[in-house]
This record gives sequence, C-alpha cells and structure tokens, in this order.
Amino acid sequence: MTIERIKNLLDADVLYGNECLDREVRYAFSSDMMSDVLAYADEHSALITGLCNPQVVRTAEMLDIVCIIFVRNKIPDQNILALAEDKEIVILCTGHGMFTACGILYSNGLLGGA
Amino acid sequence: MDENLVFNYTISGDDFTRAGEASSDVKNKLKMMGLDNNIIRKVAIAMYEGEINMVIHANGGTITVEISADNIRMILADTGPGIADIDKAMEQGYSTAPEEVRALGFGAGMGLPNMKKYSDHMEIDSTVGIGTTVTMDIHI
Repeated sequence: MTIERIKNLLDADVLYGNECLDREVRYAFSSDMMSDVLAYADEHSALITGLCNPQVVRTAEMLDIVCIIFVRNKIPDQNILALAEDKEIVILCTGHGMFTACGILYSNGLLGGA
Repeated sequence: MDENLVFNYTISGDDFTRAGEASSDVKNKLKMMGLDNNIIRKVAIAMYEGEINMVIHANGGTITVEISADNIRMILADTGPGIADIDKAMEQGYSTAPEEVRALGFGAGMGLPNMKKYSDHMEIDSTVGIGTTVTMDIHI
C-alpha cells in the first residue's frame, strides 16, 4: 500500500513528506511503547502511535520505518518535524483514534508484520 | 580493513530529546561504509536501546564502537546505580523505570532483551553503586 493510499483512507494531513507519498508500506505496527516497536516492527513499515516526542522519529529511523502516523490529532512540534525531514520519514496526522485507524488500514489490506 | 575503526561517544544524561544521536551517527557511518542493511539495522537498534537506557537509568555514560573486518563491538559504560539482579533485568517486561519514563514511550522492560535479541553476543558487567558496562558484538 502506498503512503498516499494511507493518507486518503485515514483522511490524514501530511505534515512532512508530500514528495514521498508514492513510497510503499509493507506492514503496519501500532504502539505507544517505543521498546515494543523496537522489538517487533519490520522495516518498510508504517508506525501508528499516539506518542508525540522526538524519540518516536529516532525509533523509526533505527528501524527503517518509512512513515509515522500520529493518531487522535496529535500534532508534533517543529523539532520533531525537523528530525523527520532530516531522516526523510513521512509524517501523517489523523483525527481517528488508534483502534479505528488500525481497523481502517487492516480492512483495506495492510497487515501487521512479524 | 587492515586496522580497526574506533568511534567514541559521550552520552549526556540530562537531555532525553537528544538521546539517540550517537546511534544515528553510527548508523550513518555504517551506511557510508556500505555494510549490509540487516547488520546496520541490528547495530542501530541494539545501540539505541543501550543509549536510551544510559539516559534513563544512569545519567549518561560513554559508548565505544569498534569496527573490524568481521565484527562490530559496542561497549556501553556508565557510572550509574548498577543492576541488582541481571537475570531479572533480562526478563521481558521487567522494568525499574519510573512512570515518567513510561510516559515517554520507554521502560516497558524490553531494553536489555532487545539488545540481546539483536546482538550476536552480549555481556553485562554490573556492580551496584559503581556502574554497568554492556558489551555487544554483531558479526559482519
């Protein structure tokens, strides 16, 4: 699934990475605990989270995650967005809660990884 | 590679927002060296967990990364409180991190288990009241 499709399905805003929306996302992983993400998430995944701090982007960077989706209208600050830009990780923001966001993506064919 | 490459980092213990900069730097260096992506990912994750641990538990420390032809060794040393029960600390889900650390997305009791999972060999040398040194090897 492309990031563009995810954006459309979740009615999400693109806070960084408009030029990268054609990238492919293979899996999704959702958690507010970054240690769980580090333990289980696959590369080329999207990370769905309600946690909003720079370590979310750092975690995504280490795992080669291509896209972070902030749920519940969490808006990352400029430091977080600057780090995402530096690491070329697309940042989406949706008004859906985590359960609903995951449900929409899953029912449209995006699966969890390992 | 004829000689080992060595990189040294000092990790500040008082700025959580900057935690991970050393791991990020190592990841970039390994990428530039053209190493296999899977190995780079293992090094980045293992070192990042260790770096976060240092900031959360030990008020910072030092990380030395030694790269030879067939191995990447990370030595993470701190002068923090030490680990009282290493076996317990290695259990998934066991954590001594305070609630404010969990609010930041860490302290789920996965740090040391993750470091072991992503490294080929890991040793922990810890003395309560003195500090902890974690040595991890990832084979190339």
